[in-house]
Amino acid sequence: MNYRFIGKSLPRSEDIRLIQGRGRYTADLAPPSAARLFMVRSPYAAARIVSIDASAARAMPGVLLVLTGDSPEVASLGTFTSKLRRKTPDGKPNFEPPYRTLARDRVQFVGDPVAAIIAETLDQAKDAAEALRIEWEPLPAITETKRALDPDAPQVWPEAPRNICFVFEAGDEAAVNAAFAKAKHTVSVTYDISRVTAAPMETRAALAFYDSAAEAWTLYAPVQNPHAVREEAADKVLRIAGNRLRVISPDVGGGFGLKEVPGPESILALVGARLIDRPVLWVAERSEAFASDFHARDNHSTATLALDAEGRFLALRVDTIANIGAYISLNGLNSSTNNLGGLSGVYRTPAIFTRVTGVFTNTQPTAPYRGAGRPEATYAIERVIDVAARRLGMDPVELRRKNMIAPSQMPYDTGFIFTYDSGEFERNMDDALALGDWAGFPQRRKEAAARGKLRGIGLSNPIEISAGPVTGTLSESAEIRFDSTGSVTVTIGTHSHGQGHETSFAQIVADLLGLEPEHVKVRYGDTELIEHGTGSFGSRSAVAGSVVLIKTADRIIARAKRIAAAHLEASPDDITFEDGIFRVVGTDKQVGLREVARLAYTLRPSELDGEHGLAAKMMVAPARPTFPNGCHICEVEIDPETGACAIVRYSVVDDVGRIINPMLVEGQIHGGVVQGLGQMLFEAIVYDDGGQLLTGSFMDYAMPRARHCPSFACHNNEVLTPVNPLGVKGAGEAGTVGALAAVANAVADALSPLGIEHVDMPFTPERIWRAIRDARRAAP
Amino acid sequence: MKPAAFAYAKARSLDHAIELLGTREGARVLAGGQSLIAALNMRLDAPPLLVDINGVSGLDRIERPDGQVEIGALVRHAQALGSQVVARDAPLIARALPHIAHPAIRNRGTVGGSIAYADPAAELPACLLALAGEVDITGPAGRRTVKADDFFLGLFETALGPGEILTAIRVPAATPQMRCGFAELARRHGDYALVGLAACARADGAGLRDSRFVFFGVGATPVRARKAEAVLDARGFDGLDEAVAALADDLHPEDDIHASGKAKRHLAGVLLRRVVREMQDPWA
Repeated sequence: MNYRFIGKSLPRSEDIRLIQGRGRYTADLAPPSAARLFMVRSPYAAARIVSIDASAARAMPGVLLVLTGDSPEVASLGTFTSKLRRKTPDGKPNFEPPYRTLARDRVQFVGDPVAAIIAETLDQAKDAAEALRIEWEPLPAITETKRALDPDAPQVWPEAPRNICFVFEAGDEAAVNAAFAKAKHTVSVTYDISRVTAAPMETRAALAFYDSAAEAWTLYAPVQNPHAVREEAADKVLRIAGNRLRVISPDVGGGFGLKEVPGPESILALVGARLIDRPVLWVAERSEAFASDFHARDNHSTATLALDAEGRFLALRVDTIANIGAYISLNGLNSSTNNLGGLSGVYRTPAIFTRVTGVFTNTQPTAPYRGAGRPEATYAIERVIDVAARRLGMDPVELRRKNMIAPSQMPYDTGFIFTYDSGEFERNMDDALALGDWAGFPQRRKEAAARGKLRGIGLSNPIEISAGPVTGTLSESAEIRFDSTGSVTVTIGTHSHGQGHETSFAQIVADLLGLEPEHVKVRYGDTELIEHGTGSFGSRSAVAGSVVLIKTADRIIARAKRIAAAHLEASPDDITFEDGIFRVVGTDKQVGLREVARLAYTLRPSELDGEHGLAAKMMVAPARPTFPNGCHICEVEIDPETGACAIVRYSVVDDVGRIINPMLVEGQIHGGVVQGLGQMLFEAIVYDDGGQLLTGSFMDYAMPRARHCPSFACHNNEVLTPVNPLGVKGAGEAGTVGALAAVANAVADALSPLGIEHVDMPFTPERIWRAIRDARRAAP
Repeated sequence: MKPAAFAYAKARSLDHAIELLGTREGARVLAGGQSLIAALNMRLDAPPLLVDINGVSGLDRIERPDGQVEIGALVRHAQALGSQVVARDAPLIARALPHIAHPAIRNRGTVGGSIAYADPAAELPACLLALAGEVDITGPAGRRTVKADDFFLGLFETALGPGEILTAIRVPAATPQMRCGFAELARRHGDYALVGLAACARADGAGLRDSRFVFFGVGATPVRARKAEAVLDARGFDGLDEAVAALADDLHPEDDIHASGKAKRHLAGVLLRRVVREMQDPWA
């Protein structure tokens, strides 16, 4: 099929509104009558709450309500839940800490909320917070992932001995052990994946309304999945029927996995709105966001690869300690245990085994963050391949090539978790080698050396799952409805918080129904607009959205055909539909879809199968997940005197399947790569020994800027997947998934002349200088 | 608004500002506000009264008295950066200014504010000390001048007394013999320096005399590397290795979240080499 709009770089229809400052974000929607919620949070990583005296705070000017964990309206709430359950080493279900809206008795991280103050103004609420008398008994805290299992480490929860939340295994340990035993070479690398925070431009927020006549709430909040947030808030915490809580997620300034839960603040805004019978607004300040947002990643891993004498991969083992935080967030166990299939990479490795030990610490709960386990999996395999190549004296490109899955092997069951449907991995790599001028690197290295710089090049071949999980894809709903003017509105259960769905889904529907994209209005983000939606995460929206839109459009066309047939006085079997026009075969009789839509409201019921209107609603899941893949090549230059590291060249070849809008895909790749570069160069959440959060503002938590990025060279290898009708694979996370390993491999390559094999992220001057100093000291 | 409640008064004149400062203990001067307001917003500081001196006339001038450059306390970083007098006659300051934060902050932040605030990782205090400059202070007891050597006393602690206002800084105007050098290492341009170096000396034949090498980001105040200076004055450029080694006695940086003390001392050595080479051959 030839598409008129799919595959074209249509400008984003959202941009006019968003770029001109006319976006409507949660905080913009607060009426003047809204009271302000301020959260009082724990200043300790671990402490017992001896007492809270709120009497002085309650008496402060403007204070409308002070809630603590012991307030009856809070104590009666349900706790937050975890979607996944894993097992402890003795086979029992993992311990789920009581994740309350407000802490009772003890706090477990710096930022753990202990009281909510609602006042006429934010200032008054803050002043009242300073009048709150809390007596604390500080307790020892543990924040560091790899120390959490130490026998002498402070215990976060008595119910979780040695701080173990769960142990999760995948793959065939016996087969891996057998392969290791007979392998010519085994190569290991031990590393940390740093703890980071999403830091979206729009911080978390909540605006709650209570309608006392209807006994119903409306929550405006920037979330990626308003329906799941409604389920969690209404079902689990407030324990009210879902139809009493409407969740609206308006314009949202970035999600990245952070914004998938109601959070204590939304619940307290809802509870408060009822108690004071006024709207309540909460907006996280940036420093509050550092202390209260979920964090992400934070693993300590060892990856071991077994190879035969010729460099063929025999087995891979990855052991990981994953930091879960103090409580388990809704999708908190997802990142460390649900996206492990990527350990296979794009390679044939007969035996793979992984063991993940989730640990509790006195830190913010961890949650998915762009990639959610995918960048970590790619990092494991792509780092250990480079270390193996270095140790065995093999070319890292040829070592990869030797083990790559060929297109002729598709579909390819990795024998581990994933079965790939399509992909031309070697072509990706070869195209990337050309795009990044791999062959010219030695010359560039020489030129850099003349300037006193160490230059390195690194490559990674990421592959990730999209629209999963592999255990069963998640459904998505959509409705296409024509009103009596003949215009069309599409509602969809995914959520756009920067992705540009209003443009990309309009392109799809315009092609499916022969309309112009500007005539297709796409709406989302309101639980009353559509009764169910899964939301946007895991690179799923283009896949899940296109699948449901195609099926829904088919229904529209089938129904419209009957209406057209009645109008044209022909048999529906003689009607064709093309480019928005219904024609009677062999005649010049025709009618357009918009006219058919109008007729759907005006024809006699007998001509309309007894039913007026033209609308269709579907909720379907993609048949199978997809596997976007690609190749990233990064070049860095390091100043050996200072340890300063700069990314000087970056090339990406991506296979995201069918591209709906190339400009949006390139934007996703750019943004994803930058988020990866940020983690590799600067970003890291740091605590002191007592568990204090040291990176509490953008002064100390450094984000990447445009000047840290070279101009990216991007190229697409559009290999259509056969598992969905459009052939879409998904593009949201691909950039980040490849970036971590590509940068790390480049840095290791730059430092390899000094005998340095591995440096952990982030590549700060301090870390690189230390590695260089240690290497020079160790040199004979 | 984020800070705790405070009173605000806008001074009409310098005398009025000093009078206002005397009305409340703990009253603070508001100039550019680029550090103070952030501290207030984070509620790290809660002064009862802010005395806004932005309306005080005469404090925003860059003058060229005989043999000196005088920069009024209210001169914005951006204004100094665009000043031909600063570029020509205070080249060290001109070199340092682009490293101060970002354009938005430079548009508002003031030279006097930076000196008075005395952040140990800030650029201008180190420049003032390297240039052996001085500051003008006016207070309830009248006007006085304090040498830079006597101004920076401790962490965010200066010779400014209660109720006093820094009104201007003065540095010697550049001469053909003057050599200066500046370098800093920050994670990202505009961040506070991990380590920085502002240096000034007099060229004397093939060597340097009267050198003043001032490191910042390595202690509670800008720190003169006196032993390294002495080595360079005595041995000239041949003494560079020895001067770098002498930094071990001069500097005692502590670990912070971005770099260890050891790394900072190493980086100080790197900067010393780079800055000395630059001073050796300023036209290279």
